[in-house]
Amino acid sequence: MVITDTQNAKVVYERPESLTDISTHYCPGCTHGTAHRLVAEVLDEMGRREHSIGVASVGCSVFSYNYFDMDFVQAAHGRAPAMATGVKRVFPDRTVYTYQGDGDLASIGMAEIMHAAGRGENITVVFLNNAIYGMTGGQMAPTTLPGMKTTSSPLGRDVETQGMPLKMSEILATLDATAYVVRRSLHNPAEIRKAKKALRTAFEVQERGLGFSMVELLSSCPTNWGINPLESLTFIEDKMVPAYPLGDYKVLEAVKAMKVKGA
Amino acid sequence: MAEAALRAGCEAYFGYPITPQTELLEHMAARMPELGRAFVQAESEVAAINMVYGAACTGKRVMTSSSSPGVSLMMEGLSYIAGTEVPAVIIDVMRGGPGLGNIAPAQADYHQMVHGGGHGDYKQIVLAPASVQEAIDLTVLAFDLAEKYRSIAVVLADGSLGQMMEPAELPPMQPLKKGAPEWAVTGEPGRPRRQLTSIYLQPEDEETTNIRLLRRWMEIEANEVRYQGYYLEDAEIVLVGFGTSGRVALSAVRQARAEGIRAGLLRPISLSPFPTEAVKAAAQSAKAMLVVEMNAGQMLTDVKLAVQGACPVDFYGRMGGVVPLPDEVLAEIRRLHANPPADLNGHTRAAWLDRLELVRGGN
Ligand SMILES: Cc1ncc(C[n+]2csc(CCOP(=O)(O)OP(=O)(O)O)c2C)c(N)n1
Ligand code: SF4
Repeated sequence: MVITDTQNAKVVYERPESLTDISTHYCPGCTHGTAHRLVAEVLDEMGRREHSIGVASVGCSVFSYNYFDMDFVQAAHGRAPAMATGVKRVFPDRTVYTYQGDGDLASIGMAEIMHAAGRGENITVVFLNNAIYGMTGGQMAPTTLPGMKTTSSPLGRDVETQGMPLKMSEILATLDATAYVVRRSLHNPAEIRKAKKALRTAFEVQERGLGFSMVELLSSCPTNWGINPLESLTFIEDKMVPAYPLGDYKVLEAVKAMKVKGA
Repeated sequence: MAEAALRAGCEAYFGYPITPQTELLEHMAARMPELGRAFVQAESEVAAINMVYGAACTGKRVMTSSSSPGVSLMMEGLSYIAGTEVPAVIIDVMRGGPGLGNIAPAQADYHQMVHGGGHGDYKQIVLAPASVQEAIDLTVLAFDLAEKYRSIAVVLADGSLGQMMEPAELPPMQPLKKGAPEWAVTGEPGRPRRQLTSIYLQPEDEETTNIRLLRRWMEIEANEVRYQGYYLEDAEIVLVGFGTSGRVALSAVRQARAEGIRAGLLRPISLSPFPTEAVKAAAQSAKAMLVVEMNAGQMLTDVKLAVQGACPVDFYGRMGGVVPLPDEVLAEIRRLHANPPADLNGHTRAAWLDRLELVRGGN
């Protein structure tokens, strides 16, 4: 069938302005791409693309600055929240956000994230938790599930010697200065829509100067989990969600009172 | 130095308390908010330098200050700042080490600051003040040079300067610059996006960056060498010392002159770029050179490389936070004057350690 009536065709899906026309280097089925798109859509909808400064971290998303069509800086491993603090303190009216993986944020960058949150830095943190070190080839992260096999826990994470996963949303929610800390997932369309709404809320929190906001996104790493993309989404649902319950861990009253447009 | 920094237009300060530079942080804590500028007491020096890194990417004048152990923690950030080619000013008030060491004045961060510290091929400007006035002036200069060359500029001082009372004049308050350099990441609407990064995955691209950094460094070497000479015209015994040890050496040189010994001093102000040519020139007519430092002879290597055997180069240093007395240095000048060594191949430090034991025993 040849479609001739393009006049009345309606665009229902297009590249957000906040994303560049460059294909990403992410593996097939990796939800980093989904997260990028959500952030881009939210910044588009808020009209903040040209007022944003992103801070890329070290991990698979190290080149995220190539994919976002906006000003960006690239931090050292784990230091993105400190770098974002430096940027935000001299440009308080810009939308400043970090995009970090779980090795970056919950291991080497633990001090920087805790203290940025503890200071109530008015920045937004997009935190991709895929329970593994993706970029370096699948080593154990502080977020790796008990018993989960990785290249550096070949027999499975032994909780006796390697401890239990760090639950960053729960931890950061205990800090008085945080405004909005939630966990969402990217494993199905319904959850993705909720994730987008949370991202919108987080950026609105920053826009209104309410303080530190973080959205943790349960994310897939088919390559290093050693399963296919579809199985990866099931893995998130069946294994990660029980270990990392989705929900709102910290929502200030002022945030609850906000009227947030969203998906 | 803190007041000089903010008068030079420093718009953001990030630091972590450590003796002997905490007064600097405290001054900033009071003054920066007063002026509506950014001040953050960071959770560590690691965070402080990365805050500097972020703020530096916006093209503003930014700085941190610390002392030796804290500066060690900043090496990662310094390497990233160098690799991203953004300007930043660091004040290092050195103390005795290694390890936790002590809080007494030392100069043992010379290697760390002059010869690298952080990973990768980069150089940074290092300026060493020997008086309160010079500490003020070099702080202002550090901001200008950092900005001009998109480089790190370090003011390398020690605690004795901080405890010194001497008259000094502060610069006038500079108005803050409007606008941002064309590379700065500012989130400014209406122009193509800007990005600052230190990753160049292709080795050829990284090499291109290395070459650019090196060419810029050669320009710095050509234009920014600074030193001061004292009584060098007819000097037979030429001392080389920087900062506080340069100051002590000058007292000793003056006493030696009073005794009729033709001594002189070359005091490097820019340790990096090092005044290689000036040292080389001074060596041509000297019977001997004496490097005086508050470390185990870290600058000694650079002096020897400059002298290239034109005259014997001897060494006297105190370590661990001990400041040499002018008398100790004078004794060294007398010794070299009485018996100018024919050469000192390989024995400079061993012989010095033997003499040092005698001095310490006599204390
Ligand atoms: C100081 C330092 N240590 C180690 C590394 C190596 N490294 C690069 S990425 C990475 C882990 C990234 O994992 P994560 O943050 O979970 O992100 P992902 O790749 O899974 O998206 C490590 C350890 C580095 N770049 N710098
Ligand atoms: S290694 Fe994992 S996290 Fe990285 S791009 Fe591939 S699937 Fe995604």
